[in-house]
Amino acid sequence: MSGTFKMTPAVALVVLLSGALFGFGLSLSTMVRPEIVLGFLRFEDWGLMLVMGGAVVVTLVAYALAPRLLGRPLLGERFHAHVSHWNRDTLQGAALFGIGWGLCGVCPGPAIAGLGTGNTDLLWALGGIALGALAQGLRARA
Amino acid sequence: METSLPLLATAFPLGWQHYLLGGLFIGAGVALLFVCTGLVGGMSSVFSSTWSYLLRRPYFQQARYTDTRGWRLVYAAGLIVGAMVWWLVFSDGTPLHTEVPTWALLAGGFLVGYGARLGNGCTSGHGICGLGSLQWPSLLAVLTFMATAFITANLVSFWGLA
Repeated sequence: MSGTFKMTPAVALVVLLSGALFGFGLSLSTMVRPEIVLGFLRFEDWGLMLVMGGAVVVTLVAYALAPRLLGRPLLGERFHAHVSHWNRDTLQGAALFGIGWGLCGVCPGPAIAGLGTGNTDLLWALGGIALGALAQGLRARA
Repeated sequence: METSLPLLATAFPLGWQHYLLGGLFIGAGVALLFVCTGLVGGMSSVFSSTWSYLLRRPYFQQARYTDTRGWRLVYAAGLIVGAMVWWLVFSDGTPLHTEVPTWALLAGGFLVGYGARLGNGCTSGHGICGLGSLQWPSLLAVLTFMATAFITANLVSFWGLA
C-alpha cells in the first residue's frame, strides 16, 4: 500500500511531529478524558462537535489543496488515499465501534495519547483495543 | 450577541475555545503528515499493523500492514509525546485518571478495537480523514457509530452501570 514509501530520518521526524500535534490537540481539547467524551454522548456538552469540526476543516483544506499545489509530497513519492467502502463490514464494524465507544468513552487516538498524561487507567482500554484488533484479524479472511 | 450567550453556556458549559483550538491542532497534525509524506493518518490501523510483527497469519501479513507498521508506530509515539508536552507544560502536572470502571474500559476497548478494524476506521480514520476527503461511506460510518454510541452511553447511564 505504501509502495515506494521510505522511512528516512527526516520522514520519521515529521511523522513524530505530526503525531505530537495530534496528541497535543487531543489533550488540549480534553478528548483524552473519557468523562468528557461520555458527557458529549449524553448530550451534556457539545464540545466534541467543535473538535471534529475544527479537525475536519483543516484536513479538508490540506487534502484538497496539497495535491493541486504540489506535484508530490515534500518528503514522499505520492499522495495516498484511504478509500472507504460502504458494505456490511463497515456497517457492523462502525456499529460495534460505537457501542464500545459509548461504553468506555475511549477511542484509539485518546487511548494512546492519554498515556502521555500519566493516565495509566487507560492501559485497560488500550489492552482491550489491541485484543479487539487481534480478534478481528484472527476471524478475518486475508 | 447577548442573546446567543445563554445558548453557548448551555451547549458548552466548560467553554468552547479549547475544543475548537484542540481540533485545529489535530487537523494540523493530519495535514502536516499528508503534505510532507502523502500519508493518511487514521489511528486504528496501528493496532492491526503492530500485530504483524508477532503473527504470521496471512491477514496480518498484508502489505497494508507490513508496509505501514513502522511509521504508524512512530505516529503513535508522537501522540504520546504531544500529550506529554501538554501535560507537563499546560496542566498542573497531576496525572489524569478516570472513574470509568475497569470492566467498561476493557470491554468497551475490545469492541472499539474489533469494530474499528472490521469497519476499517475509527473517529480519526472515518471521522477526520474520511470526512476530510469527502467520502460518503465514511460519513455513513460516522453517523452509524455516533448513533450506537449515543444509545449505549445513555442506556449505561440510565441503568447506572458505569
